[in-house]
Amino acid sequence: MITTKGIFKSFAGKTVLSGIDLDIKSGTVFGLLGPSGAGKTTLIKIITGQLGADSGEVHVFGKNVKDLTGDDKKQIGIMMDDHGVYDRLSVADNLKVFCDIYGIPYSGIGKALEEVGLADSAKKPAAKLSKGMLARLKLARVFLIEPKILFLDEPTSGLDPMTMKYIHRLIKARRDAGCTVFLTTHNMEEATVLCDEVALLNEGKIVERGQPSEICRRYNHQKKINIHLKTGGDVSFAHDAESAGEIGRLIEQGRLETIHSSEPTLETVFIELTGRKLEAEEEIRYA
Amino acid sequence: MRNAGVIFKKQLKDTLKNKTVLIQFIMFPAMTLLMENAVKIPDMPELFFTKLFSVMFLGMAPITSAAAIISEEKEKNTLRVLMMANVKPWEYLLGVGLYVWTLCMAGAGIMATGLPASDIPFYLGIMAAGLVISVVIGACIGVFASNQMSATSLFVPVMMVFSFSPMLAMFNDKIEKVARVFYTQQLRVLMNQMSFEGIKTESILILVVNAVLAVVLFFAAFRKKGLE
Repeated sequence: MITTKGIFKSFAGKTVLSGIDLDIKSGTVFGLLGPSGAGKTTLIKIITGQLGADSGEVHVFGKNVKDLTGDDKKQIGIMMDDHGVYDRLSVADNLKVFCDIYGIPYSGIGKALEEVGLADSAKKPAAKLSKGMLARLKLARVFLIEPKILFLDEPTSGLDPMTMKYIHRLIKARRDAGCTVFLTTHNMEEATVLCDEVALLNEGKIVERGQPSEICRRYNHQKKINIHLKTGGDVSFAHDAESAGEIGRLIEQGRLETIHSSEPTLETVFIELTGRKLEAEEEIRYA
Repeated sequence: MRNAGVIFKKQLKDTLKNKTVLIQFIMFPAMTLLMENAVKIPDMPELFFTKLFSVMFLGMAPITSAAAIISEEKEKNTLRVLMMANVKPWEYLLGVGLYVWTLCMAGAGIMATGLPASDIPFYLGIMAAGLVISVVIGACIGVFASNQMSATSLFVPVMMVFSFSPMLAMFNDKIEKVARVFYTQQLRVLMNQMSFEGIKTESILILVVNAVLAVVLFFAAFRKKGLE
């Protein structure tokens, strides 16, 4: 559905993207993960044709992105982090503008608002929406066109956990309906929950890619089982047959409080690969 | 072309809720009606307020509103959303330009109610031409400015020069000599004559030069900044 080959991009002599190769299959959620400034938004802009690459090729729907027709573009929904809405217009009027542009009947507005849970706020001015509601309005705007490909740039950035989960459900529902979703995020938990495949981007290069669980397994060097005892102490066992007896005894004796295997998270994989944390900069940004 | 209509429609909806732009369209027509009916001074030239406020209106309302609308869309990134929805830059600018021009012409229509019926076609004709130049200047500022604040700092001096110079020219000969190179001053001269027969070549020439300069500046701004 989306392929990129050898994408390079620099701004004022600084390389932002360096040899990005991607192959995103239809009907999957692909997550591009990386800290702020890693080049995520730049890559989305190149793939969506908003920005030209210095070199390399981008193919969407099997066509070079430069050759996409107006009809092709109407099948692509793009929600960028910084995209605005018309503050003074009502929620429904905001969508009516895009119904007019895309030639969609206004009857689709109710369905889109229902889907994102904003049906009760249809007449409310967009300026009076909370941040979470605004994010859902932006989603409704892209859902309106029933896109085959959905680009979401930090769709849940700065949102509360409830709204985040709500948006995750919406994205999954779209994926289940056959839509290909390309999302950028710095939130590892989000990527693990949502994405079928992820690529870790650092300083313009993809440092790792694959299914989140597969990546975590690949970097499970310790292979340990960590146990927290009721007495407050912690013990670690090797992940092998010999440990089974000892762990079994702890359970029998009722001394075990919690038990965890030591697979790394995407966050720890990223730290191992790059030496930097993914969310640190974002935490500062939203502090 | 259809998208230009969509932008026009969107702006119309937005107008009633956008007080800063709405006041631009209403203020001078309302003041004209009020002053023409309320103030009667002996020896005051006929339709003094209509002519004075008409020139101020066309030098102020289209410039400020076009610049404000475009710069606001740039600042809030709604313009980018439109561009990604396959709205072409010329469709957007045409939609905004037509909207501003139409509302200003409606204002001019209200201001024309005090004129003799025979003068109305001439009056509306020169208002239409002047408004086109002002809309292009406003669009030029809107395209050049990256946000509303920089647009305001640009359009305030421009708008003041074009809208106030014809009034100041009435009281000061030196200002009149400078102001005559501005389209607003020439439109003021034409409004005083109020006849197609009395149009001087000099006035036409200055209007054309002003229009060409506005268009050239607009394309230069568009080339440099685009609509991003």
